Amino acid sequence: MGLTSGTDSRLVQVDHSAQDGWVTTRLDFLVNWARAGSLWPMPFGTACCAIEFMATAASRYDLSRFGMERLSYSPRQADVLLCAGRVPLKLAPVLRRIYQQMPQPKWVISMGACASTGGMFDNYAVVQGIDTIIPVDVYVPGCPPRPEALIHGIMMLQKKVMQERLKDSTRHVEIDPDPASQLYIPPSRIDELSEPFGNSVHQTRSTP
Amino acid sequence: MTSPAPVPANVPASPLPMSAVAADENGSPITPVNVPRTGAPANPTAAVLASRFGVAVLRTEVIWGETTVFVTREALHDIVRFLHDEPSERYDYLVDVTAVEYRDGDRPLEVVWHLRALGHRRFLRLKVELPKRGALWVPSVIDIYSGADWLERECYDMFGIRFEGHPDLRRLLMWEQYKEGHPLRKDFPLRGRFSRSEQLKQALAADPEARYSMEELNIAEAFHSLPADMKQRLAERAAHGELEEGE
Repeated sequence: MGLTSGTDSRLVQVDHSAQDGWVTTRLDFLVNWARAGSLWPMPFGTACCAIEFMATAASRYDLSRFGMERLSYSPRQADVLLCAGRVPLKLAPVLRRIYQQMPQPKWVISMGACASTGGMFDNYAVVQGIDTIIPVDVYVPGCPPRPEALIHGIMMLQKKVMQERLKDSTRHVEIDPDPASQLYIPPSRIDELSEPFGNSVHQTRSTP
Repeated sequence: MTSPAPVPANVPASPLPMSAVAADENGSPITPVNVPRTGAPANPTAAVLASRFGVAVLRTEVIWGETTVFVTREALHDIVRFLHDEPSERYDYLVDVTAVEYRDGDRPLEVVWHLRALGHRRFLRLKVELPKRGALWVPSVIDIYSGADWLERECYDMFGIRFEGHPDLRRLLMWEQYKEGHPLRKDFPLRGRFSRSEQLKQALAADPEARYSMEELNIAEAFHSLPADMKQRLAERAAHGELEEGE
């Protein structure tokens, strides 16, 4: 995804005659270009889809072509929550809290039939689609999806990121549940749930 | 071509008698073949139990060469204690504790214990029948096998059978506030009793950190509850500065 190739060339003007190398473009294009090219995924693998995700991340399919080779095992440093596999009801609050701990902007890929719909597990124990817990941007069908399918989903997400507008104030606004309901968790509580580590000690939700 | 692995000459003699196991000329056990569905010889332990515990041993079945002994629940704990402690039996491995409910509503629930004697190479299945109309309880064997802890908790979670004497009988697979019942019972609907939205609401209201805190996962604070030999190994490695971070 070079800045000056393909359809992007209409947005980017390069002044070759100036020695300082001026480039003019739209700011939201530049921001989106940077975001789409370095989506750090947080893999939430619970089943066989995670095996396919590992294959996608490994050298043959090579996620680093999409700037995603840096798997973020801390939700605080992740951009994309990649939910691969079935989610039991007992894991529903865990998945929700991981999503809440991620800083904005954030996106979610639901990988496979089980994460998207519950799949064949239409029973008492399995969440019927993670979009009942957290918002989902891209659904990848398959049981499990082949790496090509996941890559297709990732490229769809990149296109989606490229179409965002900074002016659009509705994007990346998280609505907290009603504080009176059982579902509300105070931001300070969300922070203390996962012990900060590494260089993420200053990235918390309650004190941005 | 593969040939049987040669048996080293300096193998120490087993401390336990192997007479009950068919063996080849090298002493290696032979896997029985062509075992009939019924009529295969029973595990000799069954006869020992019948003579020692009398009426508490209800009946013995041999299916596909595996012996099942039906016992009363009042005698179960003494029987398991005998099987574990008696030198001639020494069932040292509790493989599984589970339960069976049949589709026939009149058949009782069965609680099943799978026991294995590694030294004698024997396998024994104990069963206790629980009438569905009565109280569903059996004695816990956790004081004999520590490994029964989660097995009994799972069985309680899935079937609602109480294991009397278990010190911490909580649900294991479902979360502790789960209100819909015991999922592996035949009267439990596959999709649960509540609506999907109600199930999700209750699941999301559960607090997963209430029990599984960072402190609980920290091995340094669990050091005092480790077995003595493990403590010693860790202490030796700590003295030589070989411990990984976090150990």
